[in-house]
Amino acid sequence: MRVGIVGVGWFGFQPEVVDYSFREMMFKAAQRAYEDAGGLDPRSEVDAFVSCQEDFWEGISIADEFAPDPVGGAMKSVYTVTGDGLQCVGQAYMMIRSGLFDVVVVESHGKPSDVETLNEVIFTATDPISLRPLGLENVHALAALEARAYMSKFGVAEDHLEAVVEKAHKAGVKNQRAVYASPGKSRSATPVVAEPLREADVAKFVDAAVVVVLASERVAKRYNDTPVWVDGVWWSTEFSSLEFHDWAFPLHAREAADGAYTQAKIADPYKEVDFAEVDNRYSFKELQHIEALRLAPRGTAKDLLADGAFCPGGRLPVNLSGGALAEGVPFEVHGLARLSYAVGVMRGEVKAEVDKAETAVVHSWRGIPTTTSVAAVLRI
Amino acid sequence: MTNRNLNFKHRVAVVGAGLTLFRSRMLETPQELAWLAAKQALDEAGLTLKDIDCVVIGSAPDAFDGVHMKGEYLAEGAGGIHKPTIRVFVGGATGVFVPIAAWWHVASGLCKRVLAVAEEKMSHAAKPHTQYVFRYIWDPVVEKPLNPNLIWIFAMEMHRYMHKCGVKKEDIALVSVKNKRNACGHPSAQLCMPNITVDDVLKSEVLVWPVQLLDISPTSDGAAAVVLASEEEARRITDTPVWIKGIGWTLDTTHWTNRDLAYPEYVRRAAEMAYRMAGIDNPRKQIDVAEPYDPFDYKELHHMEGLGLAKKCEAPILTREGVTQRDGDLPINPSGGLLGVGNPIAAAGLMKVAEIFWQVRGEAGERQVKKPVYTGLAQAWGDLMQAGTVIVMGI
Amino acid sequence: MSGGKPINPRGTKYEKVEFPVFEFPVVGKARYSYTTGEALGRFLAGLKEGKILGTYCAGCGRVFVPPRIYCSYCFKEVDGWLEAKDEGVVVTAVMSYISATRARLERPVAVGVIKLDVPGRQFDDHFFPGIMHYICGATEDDVKSMRIFGARVKAKWKRPEQRTGSITDIECFEVVRP
Repeated sequence: MRVGIVGVGWFGFQPEVVDYSFREMMFKAAQRAYEDAGGLDPRSEVDAFVSCQEDFWEGISIADEFAPDPVGGAMKSVYTVTGDGLQCVGQAYMMIRSGLFDVVVVESHGKPSDVETLNEVIFTATDPISLRPLGLENVHALAALEARAYMSKFGVAEDHLEAVVEKAHKAGVKNQRAVYASPGKSRSATPVVAEPLREADVAKFVDAAVVVVLASERVAKRYNDTPVWVDGVWWSTEFSSLEFHDWAFPLHAREAADGAYTQAKIADPYKEVDFAEVDNRYSFKELQHIEALRLAPRGTAKDLLADGAFCPGGRLPVNLSGGALAEGVPFEVHGLARLSYAVGVMRGEVKAEVDKAETAVVHSWRGIPTTTSVAAVLRI
Repeated sequence: MTNRNLNFKHRVAVVGAGLTLFRSRMLETPQELAWLAAKQALDEAGLTLKDIDCVVIGSAPDAFDGVHMKGEYLAEGAGGIHKPTIRVFVGGATGVFVPIAAWWHVASGLCKRVLAVAEEKMSHAAKPHTQYVFRYIWDPVVEKPLNPNLIWIFAMEMHRYMHKCGVKKEDIALVSVKNKRNACGHPSAQLCMPNITVDDVLKSEVLVWPVQLLDISPTSDGAAAVVLASEEEARRITDTPVWIKGIGWTLDTTHWTNRDLAYPEYVRRAAEMAYRMAGIDNPRKQIDVAEPYDPFDYKELHHMEGLGLAKKCEAPILTREGVTQRDGDLPINPSGGLLGVGNPIAAAGLMKVAEIFWQVRGEAGERQVKKPVYTGLAQAWGDLMQAGTVIVMGI
Repeated sequence: MSGGKPINPRGTKYEKVEFPVFEFPVVGKARYSYTTGEALGRFLAGLKEGKILGTYCAGCGRVFVPPRIYCSYCFKEVDGWLEAKDEGVVVTAVMSYISATRARLERPVAVGVIKLDVPGRQFDDHFFPGIMHYICGATEDDVKSMRIFGARVKAKWKRPEQRTGSITDIECFEVVRP
């Protein structure tokens, strides 16, 4: 039983959505997704709804309470996954493959502009006994530690990060929702956040909501003539404690990708994948994730990038959207942002410089201080 | 859903369960509690962590543990590292939802053996009182400024139910008495009270009328775990797998001040979904034992009615007649429930699933109900009185 | 005592702390400024003017107080705004003897859900415009005897210059004695 994406809708992708609450953003994204799914009626045609969100992002305990109404799910089967939106896609994929569900809606929203103390909130995700007493005033330092480990192990220089940043802004300017895209931005001119990371290496936050409608092969054509198939989706948590995870290489992304490739029967991703949307919420992460997703051998992403392989129009374009560096990080929506952009490219709705757009891999990481990644293989 | 195919490729069974002690304050960290329960469930199934493909975690508000992204934090104790690990969340209803989500991990054919773990450590948030954390559950714009206490809403629901059904406090207190006495047979129990009477409940401290101290379950630390397996694996693991026959869940509107609180419609819908899948058309006859969610004594009655185990307003009568006792015709919460065993939120819901597992296997010892058990049900409830989760299990 | 399974559940109970514990005032460190949005923004602005505003759906006839911009049942944008009266009847009520932090209150307070009147519209018990608020003028016995159910109440507003655009611009709903 194949699982298809039959509707996608998004709202926001602005540094601060001032006029609408998170619930209203959810509603607007849902309206757009259902219209995209041929005018699907969520009240009668959807079997279940999955919302990806975290209490501390919302500032509401049990924020699950607010999930049903804005997406048409009141008095229906709705639940929350405290994870990246792509993990919700993974749940929907399993639900539909079980045979019990035909149409499942996935929703995620993020309103970072409502959080006054982002650094403290993010730091609250660290181990309360071993790490939190350090009271880190700049959580990006944790990413910087990974950056140093990766860069020294694989000979990555700051010039390589510069290339990632430059590519992201150049590609992003063609993506209508990439509000932070700024071609010509000089990385070296931005201040240091935590050595070796400069401001331009760190993605900003953005308010957004994305809703995705998934359907079984049996009913997908009712809603969309050209479903984008989810042929594999998998996730992995490497370790709860940063102390024990591999600082130099994101094994979680490797494990997630391998699971998704196995399901999609992809043996050689570099040859079989046409383009990729990966997590680049820190510039060096794009290089790491390209390698973890087996789109380049370890330590070589920097060179292939320099050769233009991952640029728009290149051999295997990565982040035609500009990724998080250009669009921003809308908390757990990030994976759905990558997915919805890829769906647009595959359907031909988004004009992007890519030779062939039949097979894509999308990836999201849950950010500092997690070691959780999720990857999905899409085909049209 | 109308076209739903009920002939699943993969049947799913529970093959092991584990619990920690439930206590008001435990020495162990949340990760350690999760590990204790997970290890016991694996031991009971004769498996090790290497045998586990996927992990599903359940835990209620992050604010209790004071850990943001609690699923990431708990992954380690729950055996979820280097594995696909997911945390699902439907507030208080989470405990029963964990095996529901684990069900499709197996039924999809993508995982063969799944560890489902629920943990809660409420004592972390003890300053000034656990209740304070609950403040963040209310709507931040129109409710929180009133400086509410969470017991308010439950008291409002209880009072509405009493008003609509003409139920007396004495009848409701019988539930608390039954469950706190039942708990004396439970090795994990926090509140075994063998001599408690209705009078004790009615004389306990009034918190928010009509809710008194002994109408409520305690705050607790604890963890629970179950192991699920595909049919092929289950038969290899044990001679007595307990099959998951039906799953169902529903979330009512967020806007609880706009609807009647006298009847839990969301539980009825959730049960209908599970019954349809399990082929149950007369739950009162076909369910042999049930563990409905009982964080408050009235909730047991409320939920029995929502589950179709009693007609509307009939549950207090069945209770008074002794039907719901362990040796009764329809034993309800033979474990002792949340009122007796304790209420580490998500872990308490999963404790109920474990109880049904042991009841169906005939392994509940002195808690074993008198009548033969072929089919049992566990249910939990959460959010702003809007979430119902139901699982039907049997031989 | 043989309790059946679980056999020997593990874990260590402790009564008092004999080693240092770490303390993090997590809740205080996580601060938010919630966007009220279109619906609740206008609702709060209405309160400042002494009005209780709601929205309605022409499709199913439901009235939403507190308002939202969508009908949860028809899944479409609401069709417009209306003003509810600042009075109605008590649907359920309780008497709280404890504060938000579970401290004993000196004097108990009554709290309830009020089903609001909207001129020209009738509502059943299953769906109605309703808000939670304090109820003043009710005795402990009014609540315990359930006489309060169905009682008519009217908003007691703060003086206009004291209002801030908050649900607390209404001090409480006062029982209307016939």
